[in-house]
Amino acid sequence: MSAPQRDVPGMLDSLFAVARRDLLLAWKRPGDVLNPLFFFAMVCTLFPLAVGPSAEQLTFSGPGVLWVAALLAMLIALNSLFLSDFDDGSLEQLLVSPQPLPLLAIGKTAAHWLTSGLPLVLVSPIVAITYRMPGSVVVVLMLTLTLGTMSLSLLGSIGAALTVGLHRGTALLSLLILPLSMPVLIIGANTVSLAAGNETYSAGVWALAAYAVGALSLAPFATAAALRISNE
Amino acid sequence: MWKWFHQLASPPHFYRIAPVFSTWLLLPGLALIAYGAYAGLFLAPADYQQGDAFRIIYVHVPAAYLSMMAYMIMAVAGGIGLIWRMKLAHSVAASAAPLGAWFTFLALATGSIWGRPMWGTWWEWADPRMMSELILLFFYFGYMALRSAIDDTAKADKASAVLALVGVVNVIIVHYSVQWWSSLHQGRTIMAEGGPAMDPAMLRPLLAMIFGFTLVFGSLLLRRTRTEVLHRERRTRWVRDLILAPEGNS
Repeated sequence: MSAPQRDVPGMLDSLFAVARRDLLLAWKRPGDVLNPLFFFAMVCTLFPLAVGPSAEQLTFSGPGVLWVAALLAMLIALNSLFLSDFDDGSLEQLLVSPQPLPLLAIGKTAAHWLTSGLPLVLVSPIVAITYRMPGSVVVVLMLTLTLGTMSLSLLGSIGAALTVGLHRGTALLSLLILPLSMPVLIIGANTVSLAAGNETYSAGVWALAAYAVGALSLAPFATAAALRISNE
Repeated sequence: MWKWFHQLASPPHFYRIAPVFSTWLLLPGLALIAYGAYAGLFLAPADYQQGDAFRIIYVHVPAAYLSMMAYMIMAVAGGIGLIWRMKLAHSVAASAAPLGAWFTFLALATGSIWGRPMWGTWWEWADPRMMSELILLFFYFGYMALRSAIDDTAKADKASAVLALVGVVNVIIVHYSVQWWSSLHQGRTIMAEGGPAMDPAMLRPLLAMIFGFTLVFGSLLLRRTRTEVLHRERRTRWVRDLILAPEGNS
């Protein structure tokens, strides 16, 4: 009972195909990419207005504010990760494809990070400079944000997969993801604070990198399981 | 052994035997708590540093221990349900969540009341244990919110089981990252390091309370699971037979 031999694309090919499709879609709908960035910039504007614009206040709270704003912006972007695919049915095509689902989940998550996490990392120096962050600290901020947003995208993909079919998804998604993301926030923000205080900060960077590697190894399997459950 | 296990997994059988186990856990549990409360409040000597305020430990420690225990039960039961498709396990997980959230709240509340005279503050952000416990409470909230957001019970069971398992990995990371964070903040050293080893007269009631709380928790869990099973099986034949059966014959 051998099925007729078809031309099944290789595993990496399918991963890239999924990622390329999502990037193309994002390119056609730039609003989805830009809105979280505007949100990030606005949250960062709210804090000096509320807490006070004095220089020492800004340098003291800067790392934390930027990190919290980035975390919230990632959450906003997460909602759309599987939603349009779920609505138009292409998610089911992913589920029935012969390729391993965790791999395809990595493809989708990678595209999501490229359209939400990476822009945040690139925009963060502009905001950081308004918070009077010195150049050397900005580098650390970008490094930690790069690793941190990767972890957040991976963790978030689990939450997005669990809530994809639900109608009251957004608030629920935040409730699921925020506790999960606390270690990333704690380590990320404090690493930048340490760098700002001229202390050794490498341990935090390594911890974030370890977290990102761990999330990359485990999260896609949970995402795949969650996708299958949500689409039963 | 396996027969017993399979029998246990059958909802009608579980429904029948749960009250028996529940009662046999409840009675010794209440006895232990009664002894622990009396001995802890009246017999144990006052602490030489904390005076009588330390006595809240007799509620605080069992509650904190059970808050984590309940989470583990929830996650393991969810995993069993996910892997072996055992329906009863999902009922256990669903019933354990509110109990666990309640014990977590109790641990936070008693810790906060204890903190007021000891540290001079209701809430101490720099204490890693308080932070981990708070985040654990958020995990419970997320778990219960996910469960109630999905209408299909079978789907809710599996989705929340995945969440609970992901949470287990993360609770450990949260614990260590919060510890690292609070060591950065150089907070006051709380609960004097290398504090005095506990006097047996203080320790005995504490152990009694821990075991007593655990037994009562087990009893409550069985009761909640039994109700959950009844609710889930409400459309099945055996429930109908049970309800229509004449009194005293069930």
